Amino acid sequence: MTKATLTRVMQEDRGRLLAALISRLGDFQRAEDALQEAAASALVHWGRAGVPASPTGWLLRAALRKAKDGYRRDATLSRHREAVAALAEEEAADPDPQTIPDDRLRLIFTCCHPALEEKSRIALTLRSLCGLTTPQVAAVFLDAAPTMGQRLSRAKAKIAAARIPYAVPGPEDLPDRLNSVLTTVYLIFTAGYAQGPQAGTDLCAEAIFLARLLVQLAPDEAEVEAALALLLLTHARRKARTGVNGQTLPPARQDRSLWSQEELDEGQHLLDRAIA
Amino acid sequence: MKYMCLIYTDPSATPPMGINMNQAYFDLNRRMKEAGVMISGDALQPSATATSLRKRGDKVETMDGPFAETREHLGGYYIIDCPDLDQALHWAAQIPGATYGTVEVRPLVVFG
Repeated sequence: MTKATLTRVMQEDRGRLLAALISRLGDFQRAEDALQEAAASALVHWGRAGVPASPTGWLLRAALRKAKDGYRRDATLSRHREAVAALAEEEAADPDPQTIPDDRLRLIFTCCHPALEEKSRIALTLRSLCGLTTPQVAAVFLDAAPTMGQRLSRAKAKIAAARIPYAVPGPEDLPDRLNSVLTTVYLIFTAGYAQGPQAGTDLCAEAIFLARLLVQLAPDEAEVEAALALLLLTHARRKARTGVNGQTLPPARQDRSLWSQEELDEGQHLLDRAIA
Repeated sequence: MKYMCLIYTDPSATPPMGINMNQAYFDLNRRMKEAGVMISGDALQPSATATSLRKRGDKVETMDGPFAETREHLGGYYIIDCPDLDQALHWAAQIPGATYGTVEVRPLVVFG
């Protein structure tokens, strides 16, 4: 029971928690480690004392505590001592878990930064925002899990060492950087499209999730609305696009009753809004 | 955060027409100084003037030429102080050599 709740919370809120932690800790790897440790102690605590009223808030607070312990352990460097002081202040302020700001937009811009290799952008986005495990991300690229683990670590190390900003870019950079984010989302979608529906992880659904998140967090961006529309209009025909022998059917020969009217409507509506 | 911008250009490639390279670099130096980002910056003599050495035991081996023979040579550098990579890349994009060569941006190691 406890484990099922934890799994669900970690699946649904991992991106949000990670984003909130990175913005407080300023360090991708430490945020991930702290969240991992918090999840481990949740399993023990929740099993004993029951699931707290706000599991997400509990995890955030526990992770911040774990991060502080981590900084303390290697407080030999002056910047680590500064981090401990900052986190102590944060703890004293006791952030209301109900109002964790949604920092996922900053996170996706960091994950899709052009200073990272394209493959790493996709992998990091799937791992951080979609909550895929490292073996699941590895499977997308037909890589071994340790190889993918190394790639993810290298990308996070570069983010920290080169100080790739954790921020939504300013108006001057926005068009280029948004393009990099949308390209990543689109590549995730096409990977799912190529794999087909039999694959364990539905990458098309993950891409649509990301595009929806962007529409929600960056409203009134025509590019983003159009991108989500493109994904939905393509996805709507997924059940009809192959024939009995698995061959690809052109739209004219597809069984239209299999098209998802809901997705077509939503896609069309978004497209109208993007053009308006 | 300090970043080093290494400017690699092909000595046989000619800069784009209509740009006075010296003037372009002087202008950039001035803008960087005004913005308070420039720590230092220099142009290097051609790689034909380079001498490389290695010490193995007590023996110093001296060789004529640069460490690596490549088509594009390290021709100069800037060290700039910027809050993050995005700002460092902004300045690097204004380096005249970037228009016909490549600029590599590397963060310096912070000790302590």
